Amino acid sequence: MPTEKEETRRQLALELERKAWRYRIDIIEMLAEAGSGHPGGSLSAIDLVSVLYHYKLRHRPAEPGWADRDRLVMSKGHGVPAQYVVMADLGYFPRAQLWTLRKLGSPLQGHPCARWLPGLDASTGSLGQGLSIAQGMALGSRLDGNPFRTYCLMGDGETQEGQVWEAAMSIPKWRIDNLTVIIDYNKAQIDGYVRDVMDLEPLADKWQAFGWHVLTIDGHDYRQIMGALDQAEQVKGRPTYIIAHTVKGKGVSFMENVVHWHGVAPKREEADRAIAELKEKAGIPAEEAVR
Amino acid sequence: MKPRATRDAFGETLERLGAEEPRIVVLDADLSESTRSFKFGNAFPDRFFQMGIAEANMLGTAAGLAATGRIAFCCSFSCFVTSRFDQIKVSLAYNDARVTIVGTHAGCGVGPDGYTQMALEDVALLRTLPNMTVLQPADDLEATQVVEYLVREHPGGPSFLRLTRQKVPRIHDESYSWQFGRIDVLRQGKDLAICATGATVHGALEAAARLADEGVQCTVANIHTIKPLDGEAVAELARSTGHVMVVEDHAVTGGLGSAVCEALCEAGATAPVHRVALREFGESGSTEELFGKHHLDGPGIYTEARSFLERF
Repeated sequence: MPTEKEETRRQLALELERKAWRYRIDIIEMLAEAGSGHPGGSLSAIDLVSVLYHYKLRHRPAEPGWADRDRLVMSKGHGVPAQYVVMADLGYFPRAQLWTLRKLGSPLQGHPCARWLPGLDASTGSLGQGLSIAQGMALGSRLDGNPFRTYCLMGDGETQEGQVWEAAMSIPKWRIDNLTVIIDYNKAQIDGYVRDVMDLEPLADKWQAFGWHVLTIDGHDYRQIMGALDQAEQVKGRPTYIIAHTVKGKGVSFMENVVHWHGVAPKREEADRAIAELKEKAGIPAEEAVR
Repeated sequence: MKPRATRDAFGETLERLGAEEPRIVVLDADLSESTRSFKFGNAFPDRFFQMGIAEANMLGTAAGLAATGRIAFCCSFSCFVTSRFDQIKVSLAYNDARVTIVGTHAGCGVGPDGYTQMALEDVALLRTLPNMTVLQPADDLEATQVVEYLVREHPGGPSFLRLTRQKVPRIHDESYSWQFGRIDVLRQGKDLAICATGATVHGALEAAARLADEGVQCTVANIHTIKPLDGEAVAELARSTGHVMVVEDHAVTGGLGSAVCEALCEAGATAPVHRVALREFGESGSTEELFGKHHLDGPGIYTEARSFLERF
């Protein structure tokens, strides 16, 4: 017999899997409307972001400045459309604002701007900086008696930045266990596949050697994501690094694992084709309006 | 008062304020002896973070701590910490983080360590960021009050505190009350205005005294708040004297000299401006030798003033 908690998790996973189709449709629609942006890394990260918000983060959409909220640093700032669609769904801002992405005056900046959008915990976009910021938040929480936990979502490409390894080295020094890092390991970056541009492997060995508790999961499997996030909270005396294997462009067949879709928005016709495919997979009627 | 380095006043003041303000946190990058942040670290080890030789990570960590409501001080030689400009731009400034970058060992005043240890570009870089405050005290008394301001009154956002390695003479008396955002006029004259900042202010006073003996009356303004600069006050100096000299231990491009020129142009105050600053890479030598070579000391500023007044 599954425990009550396992059953709740199973039900939530099913619900979130259904939601994810709509989130993917929203990502495609908002990028098409914006005319620029990063579909590949938004689609690879959306399942991770969705589970974080719906399952793990202690947060209050109606009170985004709540002092004891868990923090989420989107270190791979170009993937922020994944965060926007979930935040809109949760009521952080009106859904209609999704279609203002990257437009003049919009709080939905091309890369996250915490000063303009309540609910974002850090402004990022210059890669490699988020983990250090998350470290500071985790240390601040510990000084206050650990009222909140900090999460940092990183990209694989940005792991090539030297600052990431400065942070990887320094965070275990403090023996903090209130920080969970997830890497969206989708294997592609603008100029090509990560292994060709600048290989990260052996990635798990590297973080283990730096003193981290390392977990490896399928970043599109909801129960694995939930399990890893739960497990990270049980680890004492050191931070946790979750390697989430993902697929760049996940969900849209012509985008999956294609480097081109890192930083190019779909044209209207391409977006319509992607959305039609996503609707079909999700069982959403083709005629149903996206917006 | 014996001459003291502004970094000494900083270290003592921060330690003292640590007791009254629990939100202060201090980070250093393996130079805590030199920056004097170790005093705070010894007194409040839970709020002191030794980050090792990794300034980019230090800056980001400070931004994260600031996001939890803390008042962070990020300390190193100015050259090493301000050269991590992208982290300052994005992690600090764009996040409007209440972090003070404490850059000690400013300018060629570092002396024998040579060029790589000299911050000569820091003011130029940080001045470009919209919400950055740039402060450079001229003596220990002023440094103490600036640190008190940063802890007790600064409304938030990032700031840069530029401090000296070398000892500088006390130029204020005990009754001095530092005013954020103002210029500090130390003497007044009708012939020439000398704007100086940090370690060059006492040399400017020395030059002005000698010029006064020869009948040339100088205004000497200590510009401790480089950003936001009191442009109207600077323009008034130009209007009242007709000649403006700017003296700073910094590269000639982008620092206070540039800021003064910008302010005069924007105010429509026309006066020739003569900038005394470094026009080449730094090099090893004693502070006194380097200040002499680059005309940042009393005799040098006097010489520059004389040649400036001959030309205009």
